[in-house]
Amino acid sequence: MSNTPSELLRIWVFRQLSEAPGNWLNGHLETLLTAPSRQAFDIAFGMIPRKLGKEDLVLSDEDLADADAARAGWNPRLWSLDQAARVMLLVNLSNDASENFAARFKDLHGIADVSELLALYSGLPLYANPEALVEFAALGLRTNIKAEFEAISHKNPFPAEQFTENPWNNMVLKALFIGVLLEPIQGLDKRANPELARILHDYAHERWAAERIVSPELWRCIGPFAQGELLEDFQRLIDTGNETEKKAAALALTLAPASEACAKVRAQLSEFDEMIEKGELTWATIADDMFENSLAITRKLNTEVELKR
Amino acid sequence: MMFIDSHAHMISRTTDDYEAMAAAGVVAVIEPAFWLGQPRTHVGTYIDYLSSIIGFERFRAGQFGIRHYCTVGLNSKEANNEELAEGVMEILPRFALKDGVVAIGEIGYDDQTELEDKYFRLQIDLALELDLPVMVHTPHRDKKRGTIRSMEVCKEHGIDPSKVVIDHNNEETVRDVLDRGYWAAFSIYPSTKMGTERMVDLLKEYGPERIIVDSACDWGISEPLGVAKTAMLAKQKGIDDETIRLVCYQNALDAYGQSGQMKEDDWLNPPAIDQRTVYEGNSILRGQREPVVGELTSKHTLDNLIIE
Repeated sequence: MSNTPSELLRIWVFRQLSEAPGNWLNGHLETLLTAPSRQAFDIAFGMIPRKLGKEDLVLSDEDLADADAARAGWNPRLWSLDQAARVMLLVNLSNDASENFAARFKDLHGIADVSELLALYSGLPLYANPEALVEFAALGLRTNIKAEFEAISHKNPFPAEQFTENPWNNMVLKALFIGVLLEPIQGLDKRANPELARILHDYAHERWAAERIVSPELWRCIGPFAQGELLEDFQRLIDTGNETEKKAAALALTLAPASEACAKVRAQLSEFDEMIEKGELTWATIADDMFENSLAITRKLNTEVELKR
Repeated sequence: MMFIDSHAHMISRTTDDYEAMAAAGVVAVIEPAFWLGQPRTHVGTYIDYLSSIIGFERFRAGQFGIRHYCTVGLNSKEANNEELAEGVMEILPRFALKDGVVAIGEIGYDDQTELEDKYFRLQIDLALELDLPVMVHTPHRDKKRGTIRSMEVCKEHGIDPSKVVIDHNNEETVRDVLDRGYWAAFSIYPSTKMGTERMVDLLKEYGPERIIVDSACDWGISEPLGVAKTAMLAKQKGIDDETIRLVCYQNALDAYGQSGQMKEDDWLNPPAIDQRTVYEGNSILRGQREPVVGELTSKHTLDNLIIE
């Protein structure tokens, strides 16, 4: 039988720990199992980075496959050791039926530092009764701290599974607004909707009016609804866009509803058909292009982009 | 040259200040919890304030390549509001072990009242329990007596002087502080505390041992480049580089580094997770810009009308 997320976290964390921190963590896990108390939890949760350090969690491709098998969409690739240990504690707590986990989550969240926030949010797909946590995730997305925003929105199946249309659309728009990549957001194509396409169309025109660059990723959410004035945006990309924008247009239009007008636009982008077919042009390669062709000038955070003309 | 400003209320400062500090070579700041100018009336606002200095302010500093640390504590002025003070004391232990908290502070005396005394003592005990350094704010009024009294109380509670920074010193207090083995910090703050020229004279007289220069910049008319300007002036006046390095960088690191929460590696070789999240790296350390103290051009002129 395959491992649960909590068991996987335990394996990954302990194999990376030397004896002293390993014993420390083991002792606290034992206490939380045999004599659980809020205070014991808070101490262990708070002390984890001091005791275990903040190195990156070392994971193989096989580990990542195990993660996805244990919980579809779970991707701990960029987690740190302390983050993983904290999430393990949180997952165990959420599995304790005698605990009101949402209340504990709220309490911890209320006085959390940034690394605690990252742990709380990146564990969202793993907690029991995720419905009760939707409001905290939506609240967290109001942050201006990009890392906090990304802990919820990136490599996390929770938003696509739990958000209704309004918070979903707000998340996508805000990601573009604060310069966070869309590509690591799970479920973008599945959750595409005409309202979001309209919002992003308006947003693109607002940017163009201010002579600012529009993220090439934006067209992915408009593609499935590319008709009428939304389709006209793509003609503008063909006429005035750079290479990456044209590639994005070509990719986005593979999702567009068939029409004569659409075929006419797509015909102008036929140079990219073969690349798309061979899988050489994807939204992941667009994201890479954004960094490489100076559309984005920095790659300081994991996936932050800064758009410059 | 790298600088640490070990007393800076960045929550009250603009992004221009962060830019100027980074350009001048400031690699790290310590933000002591303090009084906001307007007295707080609820413990809830205090909680949110502490959350701001462990959270958003840290992120804000990181955008400019500056590492941000803080101290948490009940300041002496607000210790006089007993209801608020009790509430703060209750939540303080939960904040004291957060990421980047390097001391309990700034605590001490303002008017030297009984309530101030009570909460100063309780917080020294908390620091002892958590093995954290203490940052002591010395009073503006009746300063010398207040400073000596602060040290007497520290002694009575058995905290090692090497774990205590006595801040806002002047010519009248420094001798007592150094003689008793405490760190002596000086705040380069125009008109009220210490000036750069007087500071250089003090360095000539006392040397670098256990002396720390900070700016204490806040919402008042103050100077976020206080540390860098002191360093430049000291150099011009012939103070040796090693002395400048100690008082404007290393001593603060040694004093507050005792918390285990502040290491040189934090800015020279930061953990990957921090680089992905809260710290974008220092442009000077990346070799992109030379420190330009004294040549900074203000954005607040009408010479350049283009805003993009």
